[in-house]
Amino acid sequence: MKKGEVFGFLGPNGAGKTTTMKMIACVSPKTAGTLTVLGMDPGTAPAAIKARLGIVPQETNLDPDFTCYGNLFMYARYFDIPEKTATKKADDLLEFVQLTEKRDVVVEKLSGGMKRRLILARALVNNPDILVLDEPTIGLDPQARHLIWEKLRTLQVQGNTIVLTTHYLDEAARLCDRLVIMDNGRILVEGAPAELVRDHAGREIVEVERSAEVISCLEDLNIPYELAGDMVQVVTESSRDIARILLDRCHPEKVITRPATLEDVFLKLTGRKLRE
Amino acid sequence: MPHIMAIPSVSRRAIKVWYRNLSVFRKTWLVNFFPPLVEAILYLFAIGLGIGTYVKDIDGIPYVTFIAPAILAIAVMNSAFFECTYGSYVRMYYQKSFDAMIATPLSIEDVIAGELLWGATRSVIYVVIMLPVLAIFGVISLPIALFAIPLAFMGGLMFAGIAMCFTAITPGIDTLNYPAFLFITPMTLFSGTFFPLTLLPAALQYVALALLPLTHLVAIMRMFTQAAVSPLLLLHLAWIIIVTVLSCIAAINLMQKRLIL
Repeated sequence: MKKGEVFGFLGPNGAGKTTTMKMIACVSPKTAGTLTVLGMDPGTAPAAIKARLGIVPQETNLDPDFTCYGNLFMYARYFDIPEKTATKKADDLLEFVQLTEKRDVVVEKLSGGMKRRLILARALVNNPDILVLDEPTIGLDPQARHLIWEKLRTLQVQGNTIVLTTHYLDEAARLCDRLVIMDNGRILVEGAPAELVRDHAGREIVEVERSAEVISCLEDLNIPYELAGDMVQVVTESSRDIARILLDRCHPEKVITRPATLEDVFLKLTGRKLRE
Repeated sequence: MPHIMAIPSVSRRAIKVWYRNLSVFRKTWLVNFFPPLVEAILYLFAIGLGIGTYVKDIDGIPYVTFIAPAILAIAVMNSAFFECTYGSYVRMYYQKSFDAMIATPLSIEDVIAGELLWGATRSVIYVVIMLPVLAIFGVISLPIALFAIPLAFMGGLMFAGIAMCFTAITPGIDTLNYPAFLFITPMTLFSGTFFPLTLLPAALQYVALALLPLTHLVAIMRMFTQAAVSPLLLLHLAWIIIVTVLSCIAAINLMQKRLIL
């Protein structure tokens, strides 16, 4: 990872994203290979590494016995931050995540989006060198997601290094400078989102409904296609031409043209089979 | 995975975990203040004065004076044991507090050590609140009874360690009822608390001395509150220290095993 970069881990359920995050966070021991975090070995220097990481876990584990302020203050104390600095830091961060009004409210009373924001603030109390986020916007409504993204982008602009995992491919495409797609504990590809789309999914995609007629027509025309659920996909450099040919020759009921996305890359590489 | 008796590396940061629990305790101090007060008075009236009316005295000591150290010892046991079983389990499993803590420089060893220290502190707080009540009733002899306070810490740490071992291996919160009912309740009754150990059949006396930690705690507590210290104190104390060290070490290692992965 480079300094100031936003790096994403993508993959289906059970791919090993959270496990990777836990190993980086010195919580789980590594099973094989080598792992260096900030130039140190998690096996021998976990406290020194953890002092410089900010962790946003997938599960909300705020301390229900404290208020918003209390959560941040107590967490700062775990990092050996002196009381005075901790007080100021807690108030500054509440302002950053727009929770100043909720300062003295117990965390149980917060909405899901507010809890996630407070967790983000909590991860920042030690001015971390690397911010590690495991599914930062899981289960949030669009407004709450956008607010989190906005905060992450602010952090990115300030030069913070961020590692995140996500299931939301639009989130990854929007936030990440570089990402890997994993499955079964292995990295399948690595690169910038736009590069990955270009290399693995082409430029544009034409989707037609799946019927015997359309398929035989495509075969007659010698156009390569892929079956995707109840649709047939054609990957192309120029969706306009393909769409025109299809409309003229195959008489489909509907044709959709759209730019290729990270989701196409993801499904192509990890398959469409449901993961449990 | 570390051996169950491997020496855990605990850092000074354990104090932060202790401080976290103290902060929560202080916020609800009024609620926490009354149980020891009420408990001491209830025991004194119901058992001391109630049953005491018929029993009069045991070995020349008024019955209510006889049970005073038991009231303290049982309080030490209960406060540490329940803090480090149900209390710690809730913080570990339901509140995920330990997960949040170990994402900071705190290690699991620090977290558990902090919890154990806190359990022992609960015992001390309980005893400190109860002592004046017992003193007002005139059933303890001051100032030597003040040794009950450091003893409460020692005994509290022992029961905290034992409790945390159960917490580390329990499949769920319901199964914590087993040690509570099968271990703590019988111990409350058969450890020389409300009647002398010597009334038990010889075999059971040995079992109590060998296996019931409360027996030793009550014995020392009684020496302090009745100002009748004998050299036997050293034997009881040695037993408590050994069990405290072993249980606390085992508790930290077992918890580490439970929480890692």
